[in-house]
Amino acid sequence: MFAFIVRRILQAVVVMAVISCIGFAIKHSFGDPVRELSGMTVSAQERERLREELGLNDPFLVQWGRFLKGAVHGDLGMSYLYKKPAMEIILGKAPATMELVIAASVIILILSVPIGIYAAVRPRSWLSRFFMGVSVIGVSIPVFLTAILLISIFSVQLGWLPSFGRGNELTPLFGGAWMSGFFTWDGITHLVLPALSLSSIMLPLFIRLIRAEMKETLEAEYVKFARAKGLKPWRVLVVHAFKNTLLPVITVGGVQLGIMIAYTVLTETVFQWQGMGFMFLEALQRSDVSLMSAYLVFVGFVFVVVNTVVDIVYGLVNPMVRIAGRK
Amino acid sequence: MTSRLWLSLCLVLTLVLGASATALAAGKTFKLAWGTDPEALDPHCQLSGPMLQYCHLVFDPLIRWKKDNTFEGRLAEKWERIDPLTVRFHLRKGVKFHSGNPFTAKDVVWTVERAKTSPDFKALFEVFETPVALDDYTVDLKTSKPYPLLENMATYIFPMDSKFYTGTDEAGQPKDAVVKTGSSFANEHESGTGEFMVASRESGVKWVMKRFADYWEKPGKGNIEEILLTPIKENATRVAALLSGDVDFISPVPPQDYERIKGNKDLQLVTMASARIITFQMNQKKRPEFANLKVRQAIIAAVDNAGIAEKIMNKTTIPSNQNSPKGYAGYNASLTPRFNLEKAKQLMKEAGYEKGFSASMIAMNDRYTNDAKIAEAVVGMLAKIGIKVDLKTMPKSQYWDLFDAEAADLQMIGWHPDTDDSGNYGEFLLMCFDKDKGFGQYNRANYCNPKLDELSIAAQSETDPAKRSKMLQEVEKIAYDDAAFIPLHYEPLSWASKKGMNTADVVNIQDFPYFGDLEIK
Repeated sequence: MFAFIVRRILQAVVVMAVISCIGFAIKHSFGDPVRELSGMTVSAQERERLREELGLNDPFLVQWGRFLKGAVHGDLGMSYLYKKPAMEIILGKAPATMELVIAASVIILILSVPIGIYAAVRPRSWLSRFFMGVSVIGVSIPVFLTAILLISIFSVQLGWLPSFGRGNELTPLFGGAWMSGFFTWDGITHLVLPALSLSSIMLPLFIRLIRAEMKETLEAEYVKFARAKGLKPWRVLVVHAFKNTLLPVITVGGVQLGIMIAYTVLTETVFQWQGMGFMFLEALQRSDVSLMSAYLVFVGFVFVVVNTVVDIVYGLVNPMVRIAGRK
Repeated sequence: MTSRLWLSLCLVLTLVLGASATALAAGKTFKLAWGTDPEALDPHCQLSGPMLQYCHLVFDPLIRWKKDNTFEGRLAEKWERIDPLTVRFHLRKGVKFHSGNPFTAKDVVWTVERAKTSPDFKALFEVFETPVALDDYTVDLKTSKPYPLLENMATYIFPMDSKFYTGTDEAGQPKDAVVKTGSSFANEHESGTGEFMVASRESGVKWVMKRFADYWEKPGKGNIEEILLTPIKENATRVAALLSGDVDFISPVPPQDYERIKGNKDLQLVTMASARIITFQMNQKKRPEFANLKVRQAIIAAVDNAGIAEKIMNKTTIPSNQNSPKGYAGYNASLTPRFNLEKAKQLMKEAGYEKGFSASMIAMNDRYTNDAKIAEAVVGMLAKIGIKVDLKTMPKSQYWDLFDAEAADLQMIGWHPDTDDSGNYGEFLLMCFDKDKGFGQYNRANYCNPKLDELSIAAQSETDPAKRSKMLQEVEKIAYDDAAFIPLHYEPLSWASKKGMNTADVVNIQDFPYFGDLEIK
């Protein structure tokens, strides 16, 4: 087991090095930050001076080396747009994204497990058919459209929920490092629409996944045996059958979590939700290349950590995984 | 018993509501949403629209633009020209900065000197010598040559609190440092004389500005006590926020939503055409056909800019035949529309390009209103005279490097003169490109007419308005006769809000809304 963990971590380090190189290299194709930072009438000479000052004229390897040196110390450079360290900006925006992802995950969890199980147990009932039908629609509508529809129905037409942002009543946690919207009514109402639209992409997928896995497990011999033994039906379903459908769900969940973070770019932009996704798009459009590569490296880091942890957990749950890797 | 309970409940409710109504009347919060928020708190950090809009709230200029293109005094009560190189400003007495320091002539001198070190303002203030403070409330602004635009430039002088910005901060950095990409004292603190003080600011998220109790203009014309500024980048979300009542005032408004807002009885919309001309440049070196005057005339005759203004821009702007809008010194009323498809075809024939030719075009898709659609329309119009245009659109972040590199034969550019004066169009867009002197910096058409250069330069130091106006009108005429560029229209400005605000009185062609004068309900 120890060797397995060490091997996975080494792999993760290599992946990180590659990500940092790519994340840093592509920044050169996203426009000229100096142009964005100065007025139209600023002379070419003045721009050149600024470029020199920011070290943008140095060879690629020199710039990358400087970036890596800083990154090892947790310094990912200065954001040109926010005029603050990029790491500080990213960490400041992370809670908003995390809360959005958490809220969306909770919605997914609460809805997908019972619906998935129900649809597997009673595949022919009209309710199951209804859920399956709706989930097809859910998958096929792009998330920004869902978001705009939700805004126009619940904010503009009905006036029930706010249309943008996180509201003005955030609660500071951990000495202000985490501004949370979970603890005030204002914060929760602001969270509802973005979380719903973000969950709309993943929810159908999870309902279908749980339903399919559950159906397969219900056919298994041991379930039949459990039933024959006279166990209560709910115990057969929840304890014996559902537990075994969880393994693929965890795997897919790990991967989908990453995809969900990617989808926050769209959701956050539509709702002016001040998280990392919004920040990234802003950095892209306003040529804040320094913040852009910092974010790519940061997200790459989170992905690698999440996947490594999922792999290790997988190894713990299923010994075959770690044994298969051994030669 | 029940009725008594109801009665007392009603009474309590009336009291509470009444109390809150009076509270509202005393202190009005104004929820404002802009497309982007200002980059920093330092007026000299960047020369951009949002920054200047911010400066008009938190700082006061010496003088500011009125709607009729004249000036009104703010921190300067009156001013007069002493000699061709000097204008004397008499400053308002009893004005205080947000820090409590008194405002004097020293602060004006200090601010001008600082602007001259800022990368963005350096060029604009190059012509200025060090101002001379005669006493605490009189200051002479001096220029190195006779300068007709001194007043225009005085609208950019937002006096900063010299005492407040002097010294070093905790990081050991001088407090007056102009820093464009990092933190600095001036980027994070302000002390201006403006009607509003920045109470808190989270860049890109939320700004809270409170009314400055010691503001000099008493009683202020407007009644805003507190401004809550949130940037909302997405057009659809910004409009939805106004429709749902989450904000009181938005700018800009996407043209596709104009009708929707006009049709809403609780909302109002104000629009006007700005001075930002939208044009295409025809590169005469890159595309040899464009060096032929007849071809350029044919292209301009083929482009139905009135049609673009009407159909694509939803009649929110006016088509143009020259750079200067009406009201500018260089506006030449004798220049008439040139759209005439038959004539365009005829001209192509005369030029020997009856069969047409191919050309490339680049345009942005996130900078001006409907920019990509405009470009597509022009492509369609040129196809009618046989010019096959290969169009590429891209975000502005990638555009300007290609523009400078003359990547395409036809290139889109919108231009608003920083000086709010006609001369500026010619200096940047039409004069022969001269890297060292900085003329023709955005003239990537390789258009060059020495006579136009001569007039433009002469106009720079002509202080007689009538003579100068004539010169600038001549410049427009030359460019018109040379078919130097394809003029389309002026970028529209738009402000939408809840009903009952005097928006039309406080907005202007410069897009500097004077929210200090805004009355809200």
